[in-house]
Amino acid sequence: MDWGAVLNNTAGWLISPTTIAYAIAAVGLAVHFGYGGLLNFGMAGFMALGAYGYAISILSFGLPWWAGIIVGMLAATVFALILGIPTLRLRADYLAIVTIAAAEIVRLLFTTQVFDEFTNSADGLGGYHAGFRGANPIPEGTYGFGPWQYTENQWWVRIFGILILAVVVLIVFLLMRSPWGRVLKGIREDEDAVRALGKNVFAYKMQSLVLGGVFGALGGVVFALPSAVVPAVYVTSLTFFLWTILLLGGAATIFGPVVGSVIFWVIMAFLDNVLPQLAADDILPISNIQAAVVRYIFVGVALLLIVIFRPQGIFGNKKELTFVK
Amino acid sequence: MSSSAPKTAAPVKSTGLHTGDIAPGVAKVDPIIIADKVTRTFGGLAAVDVDHLEIPRNAITALIGPNGAGKTTLFNLLTGFDKPNTGDWSFNGKSLSGVPAFRVAQLGQVRTFQLTKALGLLTVLENMKLGAKTQLGERMLPSLFPFLWRKQETEIEEKAMEILARFKLDTKADDFAASLSGGQRKLLEMARALMSDPVLVMLDEPMAGVNPALTQSLLEHILDLKTQGMTVLFVEHDMQMVSHIADWVVVMAEGKVVSEGPPDIVMKDPAVIDAYLGAHIDTDLGVVTGRYAAADGSKTTKLTAEQITAEGAAEADEVEPEVKKAAKRPAAKAASSKKEADK
Repeated sequence: MDWGAVLNNTAGWLISPTTIAYAIAAVGLAVHFGYGGLLNFGMAGFMALGAYGYAISILSFGLPWWAGIIVGMLAATVFALILGIPTLRLRADYLAIVTIAAAEIVRLLFTTQVFDEFTNSADGLGGYHAGFRGANPIPEGTYGFGPWQYTENQWWVRIFGILILAVVVLIVFLLMRSPWGRVLKGIREDEDAVRALGKNVFAYKMQSLVLGGVFGALGGVVFALPSAVVPAVYVTSLTFFLWTILLLGGAATIFGPVVGSVIFWVIMAFLDNVLPQLAADDILPISNIQAAVVRYIFVGVALLLIVIFRPQGIFGNKKELTFVK
Repeated sequence: MSSSAPKTAAPVKSTGLHTGDIAPGVAKVDPIIIADKVTRTFGGLAAVDVDHLEIPRNAITALIGPNGAGKTTLFNLLTGFDKPNTGDWSFNGKSLSGVPAFRVAQLGQVRTFQLTKALGLLTVLENMKLGAKTQLGERMLPSLFPFLWRKQETEIEEKAMEILARFKLDTKADDFAASLSGGQRKLLEMARALMSDPVLVMLDEPMAGVNPALTQSLLEHILDLKTQGMTVLFVEHDMQMVSHIADWVVVMAEGKVVSEGPPDIVMKDPAVIDAYLGAHIDTDLGVVTGRYAAADGSKTTKLTAEQITAEGAAEADEVEPEVKKAAKRPAAKAASSKKEADK
């Protein structure tokens, strides 16, 4: 077995665009669930809106790349408002049901033939990179060391993604130590108590839903930056990967989602490399293809174990957050 | 509970609150809340059906009544937590029908809950700070810039510590509210309500589940509110407590206001004794349920509230009251027969 290749491939995931994109979206989920107590199971929908908003504005409307990002954020804002107005007055579990359905609706709308002109239906979108790469300040060439050797465009995606992640984390950090965050944490626990103190609970929940949704869209944009937009990516399992990441790191923490994403994707990449090799070497009694899927079973088991034994995640304070009140 | 009868000097009662004859719905000299034809039905049950009710300003009004009388429902309606089927009501001359709960609170009418809602996952101090009104830092955009709200935050913190000290919770400021005892949570909830400088404080069973010593201090705090110029409306079951601190008592039964007036007058009202205290107020529970015969057979006659309170006070002073002595043997018998039944 080639351990060198395994470790090399795994190390690359430390700063892969996927890892960064998931981290950004997971921070959005932390705003929803960790701080606001909103059970959003539709993060895939927000990410899809970000990615498609970016790609369609560039391909169909010829907007510059940065305007595409703004369009993606606006799309997520509108989506959050549509979701929130009917459901935020209800109990939290209804939001969960509505969001999981709404995210599927979004995905199916992007997949359907009806909007083929804009979405290219099931084939997805690509070839929108010119603008973003044109803004790349890094001169042409390959840089880096060890396992982290990338071209200027690959670096530009990673650096841009990390910048967005930094801004998003900074915003959450500032918000959650402010009185605004205090109100939100109060709502998480008992909205009637907060209402009785004269706070407009609905407005706070809506702000939280929109903000987290916009972060989700930014995650979708970063996810789409290096490659293509494929509707099959934005399925419900994407949402549950994000939940695993969030709970792994700690739902009500600032850096939890970031570290959670890194750990999640490094382990996923490691298993993706190791398991097929083990199968090929006849150490595991399964076929190569089966081995590639086994890692998803590990995700499920990991989610279960976290929820049962460490509900506060790696960084969380057990006193501050458990799933059940 | 009767041993908690306060031994301190009786508080100064506000009098002359009403105009005209005392009757349900009597007009007040200076009402803070005026409710008209407020009804709320759950299915076929009329939980609240209040024709007219006025709550006097700068006084302590007690809302009493048996379980299911609609007291808490009325509370929820007045504070905007529930919507009535019909009726309207005003607070400080401003109509409140259709006004959402958070706006009602912003207008200066804050409430507490029967089941205490201290936010256990916030610290005691954070709970307090949450109570303060119109904080710039609670708006999303300004909250990103700490220099905008830091000064206000410091002021709020000082005020919070001041109130906490009054409620003897200042040493707990940095603890999670979940670590407080039940009684301390009640105190915290009341203290938190005071952070918004309310005009009217509505307390839903502030004494429920609180031990006698803490009851005493809670009573003092409620009386304090009045001396500070606030109006208090509270729901309570303990009649002695009510007669001790309330200036005005409103009695509800089956959703209606059946009686109101100063406590000493209300408690002589036969309607009240019937509806609330019950005809069997002074009879042993075993007799009421028919487990054994009455100790002396004469206790089922109706008594006025005055007699009841007098007897209650006398009972409290005795180490072992006569009634209990008499009931001891039959009670033991009842217990043994219950054991047999269990087999």
